[in-house]
Amino acid sequence: MLEADIQLRLSRLELAASFAVEAGEVVALVGPNGSGKSTVLRALAGLLRLAGGRVELGGQVLEDPTSRTRIVPEKRPVALMFQEYLLFPNMSAVDNVAFGLRARGTDRRQARDKAAAALARLGVSQVASARPIAMSGGQQQRVAMARALITEPKLLLLDEPLAALDVSTKAEVRRHLRSVLRESPSANVLVTHDLLDAVALAHRMVVIENGKIIQSGTPAEVTGRPRSRYVADLTGVNLLSGTGRGTSIDLDNGGRLTTGDASSGPALAVIPPAAVSVYRQPPETGDANIWHGIIGTVDLLGDRVRVRIEGTHVITAEVAPSAVDQLKLDDGGELWASFPAAAVTAYPP
Amino acid sequence: MAGLAGLSVLFFLLPLAGLVIRAPWGSMASVITSKSSLDALGLTLVASLATTALALAFGFPLAWLLARGRFPGQTSLRGLTTLPMVLPPVVGGIALLMAYGRRGMIGAPLYHATGLSLPFTTPGVIVAESFVAMPFFVITVESGLRTMDTRLEDAARSLGASRWTVFRRVTLPLIAPSMIAGAVLAWSRAVGEFGATITFAGNLPGVTQTAPLAIYISQTTNHLDEAIALSLVLVAVSLAVMLGTRSRRRAG
Amino acid sequence: MRAVGGLIGVRRHGQRSNYGVTKARARGTGAKTAICLAVLSLLAASCSSSPSKSSSGKVTGTVVVFAAASLKGAFDSIGTQFEKTHPGVTVRFNYAGSSSLATQLGHAAPADVFASADSRNMKKVTDGGLATGSSKVFAHNKLEIMVAAGNPKGVKKVADLASKNVKVAVCAPAVPCGAYTRQVFAKARVTVRPATEETSVSAVVTKVSLGEADAGIVYTTDIKAAGKNVAGVPIPADQNVTAEYPIVALKDAPNHSGATAFMDFVLSKKGQEVLSSYGFQPAGKQG
Repeated sequence: MLEADIQLRLSRLELAASFAVEAGEVVALVGPNGSGKSTVLRALAGLLRLAGGRVELGGQVLEDPTSRTRIVPEKRPVALMFQEYLLFPNMSAVDNVAFGLRARGTDRRQARDKAAAALARLGVSQVASARPIAMSGGQQQRVAMARALITEPKLLLLDEPLAALDVSTKAEVRRHLRSVLRESPSANVLVTHDLLDAVALAHRMVVIENGKIIQSGTPAEVTGRPRSRYVADLTGVNLLSGTGRGTSIDLDNGGRLTTGDASSGPALAVIPPAAVSVYRQPPETGDANIWHGIIGTVDLLGDRVRVRIEGTHVITAEVAPSAVDQLKLDDGGELWASFPAAAVTAYPP
Repeated sequence: MAGLAGLSVLFFLLPLAGLVIRAPWGSMASVITSKSSLDALGLTLVASLATTALALAFGFPLAWLLARGRFPGQTSLRGLTTLPMVLPPVVGGIALLMAYGRRGMIGAPLYHATGLSLPFTTPGVIVAESFVAMPFFVITVESGLRTMDTRLEDAARSLGASRWTVFRRVTLPLIAPSMIAGAVLAWSRAVGEFGATITFAGNLPGVTQTAPLAIYISQTTNHLDEAIALSLVLVAVSLAVMLGTRSRRRAG
Repeated sequence: MRAVGGLIGVRRHGQRSNYGVTKARARGTGAKTAICLAVLSLLAASCSSSPSKSSSGKVTGTVVVFAAASLKGAFDSIGTQFEKTHPGVTVRFNYAGSSSLATQLGHAAPADVFASADSRNMKKVTDGGLATGSSKVFAHNKLEIMVAAGNPKGVKKVADLASKNVKVAVCAPAVPCGAYTRQVFAKARVTVRPATEETSVSAVVTKVSLGEADAGIVYTTDIKAAGKNVAGVPIPADQNVTAEYPIVALKDAPNHSGATAFMDFVLSKKGQEVLSSYGFQPAGKQG
């Protein structure tokens, strides 16, 4: 449905991202701030000009700089949903939703009727004549969704759709959004920095960093084998890189890792923090990997504690809260870490 | 602090109270309905409304340019449009003569070609008032344009609205408050304009003698009753406008 | 409201600072005292003339003269001469339309001498009890049509001013020059529709000099003073009026001896010579 090759330059960002999305598919675009994810959306919507590349949607060329083809935003079958919803403050919910239809020529009464129906389907009829300022975050989100979907776009772009919601509303709206997206026949691109959104809503995940796509795959694939620090941090795993030599990896910056799988050539290794045990003395566990360093930070995350150990490399271990007292982790100081070879997953970058 | 504030309040209140107390209440009606008073008030109304209309027509594109445009010299242009706001009005009058007077840079060729000149005419009054009042409108609307969230316009476009529809249904409603505020500011500045008017347009009852000029003439010739009566009318109108805009802001 | 008038009219009884404070003490309220002091400091800042107490003998200090706009050239010159004759004295002038000056004096503006361009405005001042003694006529003037140099519109007589083609600037009726102008029009039996009515004769001169007005009715002295930019078209005697200029010393003058001395100087041979050189006709001449 969507074939996008986006090349453009925006102040300090050189964006060159190429990807495709099928009808009915949901692709999550993730990446750190300033990586260009929102820029990709704006370019797809036509709000920014391409310097090079090409965008084709449903067989129609939306933009192609080389052949000087460009369809203006208002004529693209594309709908854009913003993080802050951006409902028109001077119009009621029904008028907001009817806006797209009226702009494309539907007469006022018909448009409002359809809009009312759409609001009913999303369960927010009660705010039909209210102004955005009188609605809750969740209601605004649904009205914005209705507004975007009513024009039956071929491409739906969502820019951090849940970011402005509080935690409890978020879960509920995420569930609802999932069902709406699964039912929609359009190609869908969703920008988010919340891994949970990507995992819950998307068929595929595309990781973009510094204007370039560095990884693409199902959420499981991407999080299982992160190929960037960003994703590793997002998923909370330890990620190291080096050169594989059979069952060991010579790490960049020194040190060696004994792994479960064999690898050769450039390699990435992932160690789940839960597999790392910590000791105050050099351990005699017989684990293949024994490291040490100084305690960096100790963070309580729910019912687990994450300890960051800084040595030649930084490694995060996950321990039980009782360990904090037992080992007096709050006092800092030297700490030994060990993990078996089986805990290390190696793969090519 | 309260004492100083109290003094400030008194400072402003006493002159206004003085006007009310010294007003010739008995003869007020006949004074205000005298030909010269009605001429002056009528002229003030016509000229100030015309000035406001011009401010809307010409000031809006300028405000748009200053807020949305990106071109070299933009800051200087903004400074230029703000200048009449801080210039002493009589200086404005002299400057206008230099440009649009009968021997002025533009006025001279115009006069030789058509025999028309602006000084001593009602359009001349409107020109003088526009010179000092339009900047108020421009600055207010520019500020409104700058503070609105332009992503709303993006949203509208992505929903299929043409540039004109976006302007009509999204942008205009959003900047309407600043446009109204700007128009009111420009209008009231035009009503009160004196120095530029008397210097550029002159003083002739019925043609160029606006209310402020009439009040000035009255008080120099010791016709204080007329001066005070007209002054009170202007105060009443200003008060009404002020209260009107305030209640609108509270409601909206 | 008399109290408010009294606060502003702080000069009425000579010793101004005491007057203001006395009033405040009489009222006794803190706010009013504060206002008094505020007004006083404003006045003190703006007025810097020092009162001279001697009623006879040497003239010292400053003499403040309110004079009609048409007197500017002549009186500036007289002032310089007066200062030479009385070393240590400074003369300061406030030139404006005579009606404006009369109104200011009515609001108790501080001045020593008033020289008006007509008796009507002088009467306002004397009738208001603001003068000492009676006024004396010190000069006469006549009206003349002022046109741009070269007389582009070819104005030859008063009747030409009625033409739609000619933009005429005149003084407002309340100003002496304006009253005289209307007498001239009446005598010449013409209806002139002016383009503007200015608040002083100098403003009429400006409008003609700038080229905004084609012609204006001013005093002959103004045409003499305006120089090369303008030309004059005389008004025949049967249509013209004689302007009468009276001068008077003011009752609340801060400098009584200075006031009298200045008045005497204006009426003296020396003063009359200066006025003559500027185109005024002598005090004695009538009509």
